[in-house]
Amino acid sequence: MEKVFINSIGSISAQKTFDNKVFLEEITTYEDNVIPAIEPNYKDFIPPAAARRMAKGIKMGVVAAKIAMEEANLSNVDAIITGTGMGCVRDSEKFVTAILDNQEQFLTPTSFIQSTHNTVAGQIALGIGCKGYNFTYVHSSISFESALIDALMQLQTKEAENILVGGVDESGEHTNTIHKLIQHIKLEKINTNKLLQSNTEGAVFGEGANFFVLSNNKQNSCYAQILGVKTFNTLPISKLTANLEGFLKDNNLSVDDIDVLISGNNGDLNFDNYYLELTQGLFNNTQQVYYKHLSGEFNTASSFGFWLGAKILKTQHIPSEIALNSIKSKGFGTVLLYNQYRGKNHSFTLLRQC
Amino acid sequence: MSKGVAITGMGIISAIGNNVAENYRSLLEGRTGISQISKIDTLHKDSIMVGEIEFNNGQLEEKLGLSPNNNYSRTALLGAVAAKEAIANAKITDIKAYRTGLISSTSVGGMDMTEKYYYDYLESGDNRRYIEGHHAGDSTEKIAEQLGIDQSLVTTISTACSSAANAIMFGARLIKTGQLDRVIVGGADCLSKFTINGFKTLMILSDTYSTPFDENRKGLNLGEAAAYLVLESEMLVKKENKKVLGYVAGYGNANDAFHQTASSENGDGATLSMEKALAVAGLKPKDVDYINAHGTATGNNDLSEGRAIIRVFGEEVPEFSSTKAYTGHTLAAAGAIEAVYAILSLQNNIIYPNLNFKTPMKEFALTPETTLKEKVLNTVLSNSLGFGGNCSTLIFSKNP
Repeated sequence: MEKVFINSIGSISAQKTFDNKVFLEEITTYEDNVIPAIEPNYKDFIPPAAARRMAKGIKMGVVAAKIAMEEANLSNVDAIITGTGMGCVRDSEKFVTAILDNQEQFLTPTSFIQSTHNTVAGQIALGIGCKGYNFTYVHSSISFESALIDALMQLQTKEAENILVGGVDESGEHTNTIHKLIQHIKLEKINTNKLLQSNTEGAVFGEGANFFVLSNNKQNSCYAQILGVKTFNTLPISKLTANLEGFLKDNNLSVDDIDVLISGNNGDLNFDNYYLELTQGLFNNTQQVYYKHLSGEFNTASSFGFWLGAKILKTQHIPSEIALNSIKSKGFGTVLLYNQYRGKNHSFTLLRQC
Repeated sequence: MSKGVAITGMGIISAIGNNVAENYRSLLEGRTGISQISKIDTLHKDSIMVGEIEFNNGQLEEKLGLSPNNNYSRTALLGAVAAKEAIANAKITDIKAYRTGLISSTSVGGMDMTEKYYYDYLESGDNRRYIEGHHAGDSTEKIAEQLGIDQSLVTTISTACSSAANAIMFGARLIKTGQLDRVIVGGADCLSKFTINGFKTLMILSDTYSTPFDENRKGLNLGEAAAYLVLESEMLVKKENKKVLGYVAGYGNANDAFHQTASSENGDGATLSMEKALAVAGLKPKDVDYINAHGTATGNNDLSEGRAIIRVFGEEVPEFSSTKAYTGHTLAAAGAIEAVYAILSLQNNIIYPNLNFKTPMKEFALTPETTLKEKVLNTVLSNSLGFGGNCSTLIFSKNP
């Protein structure tokens, strides 16, 4: 089986992450329950006429993909695999609103076309002329990990050499409004630095796009090696530790081998106990970081966690703002990510220094 | 090349039947499921024809034994009914006995409920339980729950009209690489105002019965459906002495990289996906006995797909037909619907007629089968092509 490497990254998030030369040197703090992505000047990446037609999700995805492609010094890839929970949800909202408000009359196709979940993957393929394998996974908080599993399978078996993988979600006004009604979004505005102390239901929603060139051919730009990814549709809290130990064992590792745990805590009173089970249990003596106070919660927020893991391994640095405990590892060789959303769709991802 | 992946069960619900047996009977009798729409109150009801499933939501809920305060979208209801038939057909009694996953697919997901309660959510708490059911993965989660699949690999693919073909492809690869012993694969999509109006704005809906591959085709009929296959590893099949219905012998996925919604005139993507699938199956074009074409009856698809078929098969195009005139275009589910039909073809050595065909297209000399035909079939190729340039081909075979 071939080894699989993260050769490059591209990130657009609620932090200024689109410049690969820096690593969270300047943190943007928010006092809100929905936080927006900080967008680059799109004109630097795509022709203005094209950008005007694109939904925000498409722009974020296309540009994050472009940043990753450039860093890997590639003009094409063998496959494009994306994950998105909601696709271009603003266009879905626009089209539903138009149907309802105008009684199914005077509609134009643009928002319908863009609302299709695979639009971002299709637009990237169009942009670079990639006729290869093109897939989109749309399964809540494991959308991105499903894309990773697919890519790993093709790279490990040498079916492909370079695969562009990414997670992208944009936030939509109506969707946010109704998620506040059911308290999936916190009712109160909360400061970035106090997310985990909120003690209330729901999360702070965000948006973003994180893309990566994965390859079985390690380049100089390499960030990390991917050792394994595993997802579970359900997992009772009582089975979490045992399943994680099993996953580590499958990769010939034990808890002591993990230098950093990247934990997906989102400050939801009802579901953060899954994370506590690990941070206060199995990984009590391991250095821990969290990130959803910086990125917000969205279906592909874990792709920001993945970006973070890659950055930590490459720079051997952990910004103080993401520390979840005070333990400091001597060096960062192996990183474990754990994520779930509302107690469902759990994922374990293992990265190693390359 | 490596061996095919065994198919040991299948289930389906569509406009031409509520299970595999009913679907097959309709196919043999040439009975279309296309009619005027009755279950959605749309402005376009007199100007479109659709493939609608006879059961209403209440009847489907009853079939599944759901409580009245459930939050199943119609997509989830249809998916659960078809997936349960597939499990029963594969004679699976203990779903947890082997590492079992579920790969489903959908394009509309829970949009039927979202468009129904969009403004109501803001006014009243009565239907807010459906908010969680909007996202595309929700129907998959519910199907997993209905089947008792937990603590496992369960995910959803959405690549427009090629979705279910891609779910079958991904599932087959998970079995081949030994990541799962058994996987339920397929897709579900219900009708919604969202898709009806979306396709209406693209001006590709026919106001009458669709006529795939006909010179005078006027566009597609939308349909709703769900279908699932059970794929099992060689080890499991041997150990349990399972009856095998057929094999997924080959698969190919490519992107047309031409236009967001239209296919290239020469069918680059479809050509590539067929070539890849043949290579994976280790077959030559002449080994294919029947093509179940995507054949949506839009001007663009049938021309592009027809040209791609000629590019791959040259002068010797095997018998082909589109079954979309029976079921309508069932979007994300189409690849799974037609996978079930392909397996029935192999089992019964039957080629289905391409209903409503009269006049060959002027661009090429391709004529689909117009009557039911008996032929010894060992290999059936099935295409699914979609928005975003997504092109997928599956090859099913009688033997491993």
